[in-house]
Amino acid sequence: MSYTSDEMMTVTAARTLRNGMTCFVGIGLPSEAANLARRTHAPGLVLIYESGTIGAKPSALPLSIGDGILAETADCVVSVPEIFNYWLQPGRIDVGFLGAAQVDRFGNINTTAIGGDYGAPRVRLPGAGGAPEIAAACREVTIVLRQSPRSFVGRVDFVTSVGFGDGPGSRERLGLTGHGPRRVITDLGVLEPDPRTCELVLTGVYPGVTVPQVREGTGWDLRVSAGLATVPPPTDAELAALRELRAAGQHHPRSATAGSSQMTGAIR
Amino acid sequence: MAEIVSLAEAVAAAIGDGDTVAMEGFTHLIPHAAGHEVIRQGLRDLTLVRMTPDIIYDQLIGAGCARKLVFSWAGNPGVGSLHRFRDAVEHGWPVPLEIEEHSHAGMANRYAAGAAGLPFAVMRGYRGTSLASQTAGVAEVTCPFTGEVLTAVSALRPDVAVIHAQRADRAGNVQFWGITGVQKEAVLASARSVVTVEEIVDELDPRPNAVVLPSWVVGWVALAPGGAHPSYALGYSARDNDFYVAWDAISRDRDRFAAWLDEHVYRRPALASAEEAR
Repeated sequence: MSYTSDEMMTVTAARTLRNGMTCFVGIGLPSEAANLARRTHAPGLVLIYESGTIGAKPSALPLSIGDGILAETADCVVSVPEIFNYWLQPGRIDVGFLGAAQVDRFGNINTTAIGGDYGAPRVRLPGAGGAPEIAAACREVTIVLRQSPRSFVGRVDFVTSVGFGDGPGSRERLGLTGHGPRRVITDLGVLEPDPRTCELVLTGVYPGVTVPQVREGTGWDLRVSAGLATVPPPTDAELAALRELRAAGQHHPRSATAGSSQMTGAIR
Repeated sequence: MAEIVSLAEAVAAAIGDGDTVAMEGFTHLIPHAAGHEVIRQGLRDLTLVRMTPDIIYDQLIGAGCARKLVFSWAGNPGVGSLHRFRDAVEHGWPVPLEIEEHSHAGMANRYAAGAAGLPFAVMRGYRGTSLASQTAGVAEVTCPFTGEVLTAVSALRPDVAVIHAQRADRAGNVQFWGITGVQKEAVLASARSVVTVEEIVDELDPRPNAVVLPSWVVGWVALAPGGAHPSYALGYSARDNDFYVAWDAISRDRDRFAAWLDEHVYRRPALASAEEAR
C-alpha cells in the first residue's frame, strides 16, 4: 500500500507507545498517533487529556482536547486543577506526547512566538497550554512535528517547554522530575538525544529518505548516529487502522494536520 | 442568594468597564451567549482572564472590549490560530492588547489560590522556561520544611466570573457535569459571578461527577438554552466542530469578522427574558 510521509510519521510515533502505558496527549498529530496505538498494538494504552479526561477511549479522532466523546468514554473525569496537580505533577504519567512549532538541538520547545521580540513578535503562536508541565513531569516525552529549517532550529526563539535546556545537567539543576525528550518524530525520520551531550542526533530515516535531505530540513549541523537505521514502512494493518480512524473523525482533513496548522502553519 | 434574571440584566448588574472578567469553561460549557451580551452592551477596557481564550475571546477582542488578556493557550483548538487575537497582538487592531501568559497548570493553580483565599499557590513549573521571565506573578519560593525551591504563582481574584452550566433550580443553585474544568475555582475566586444555564428545574437530581455551586456563592443566574454554542453542554448539545473550523475563515478577515459580528451578535437580542426563566 502506498503511503504519505505524514502517515509514516504518525505510524512511527504510534509504535513508540506500549500497551498499558499512561500517555498525556496533546491535540493534533500527537493525539492521532496515540489513538492509532490504542487501535492497533496497545489497546490498553491509557489516554489522558488536559481537560481532565483520564482513560478516554474515543471511537473517532477528537477535534479538541475536550470533545464530548472524551468525557463520555473516560474512566473518570477530574477538574483541571486536579489533572495537573494530582495526576501530572507527581510524575505518575509515563509519556507526554507533544507537538511543537519549533524545536531546538536540545529538544526545547517553542509554541509561543517566532521572530521579533516577545512584545512584538513576527508571529504570535497559541502559547504554552499544558506543555511546560507535561515536558517537565512525564517520565519521558515524545515530540511529533514536521521537519523544516524553520521548525528545527539551533536555539528556539522562546523556551515554552524545557527539553534539555542548555545541555547536560540542565534538567537536574532546574529540578525537573521527568527524564525529558526521548525522541523527536518527524515526517523524515527519528531524532534522539545523545545520552552524553543531550543533543538531538538522527537515529532513523524513513524508506526513501536520505541523510542529506534530513540535514537540509535541520537548522543546525545535524549529527548522524553510527547506528542509523531505516524505519520499517507502515504495515497494511497500520495504514488501514489509521485511515479508518481518520475517516471516523468528522474533520479528517483538518484534524489530521491540526498539530501542524496550529503551529507551523502560522510560520509559512 | 443568586438572583434569577435575564442575561442582559445579569451582565449589566455584574460587569462594568475596566473590570477583570474570567469567562471559563474548558472546551465544554463555554459561556458564549454571555460573551455576546458583553459585546452588545459595549463594555470596554476589560481585563479578560481565561485559560483557553478560544473563539469567545477572539470575538470579544475583535469587538474591542478588551485591554488586557491573561491566558495560557490562545488558539482555535484543533484548527489553528485565533486571528482576531493575533491581529490585536501583532498589529494593535482594533485596540492594542496587553498580554500576560502562563501555563495551564499555572492558571489552574492561580484560580485555586484565589478560591482558597490565599495570596499564591505553590507548584512545580515554569522553571527553565522563557515564560517565567516574561510573566508577572511567577516567582521562586523555598519550602520551609525541606528547602526545596519551587514555583509560586500569584492568586487570581477576578471582579467577575462568568460560566455556563447545564442547570439551576429556582433557588439559584447551579449544577454542571462532564468536563468541569476550572469553573468552580473561577466562581469562588471572583467577587461576583454570572451563570447562564440550559434550563431551570424544580429539583437538581444527582448526576455523576456533578459540581454544585450553592445559590449563596452565585450572583446572578440567567436562562440561556444553547448558550454555550459552538461549545457544548453535555447531555444537551454536541460541540459544533464545523463552526470551529468555519471560524478560521470568518475571523481571518477584519471586514468579514465585522459583518459576522453585526449579523450574529449586534442584531440578535439576548437569548431569554427573565419572564421565560421564571
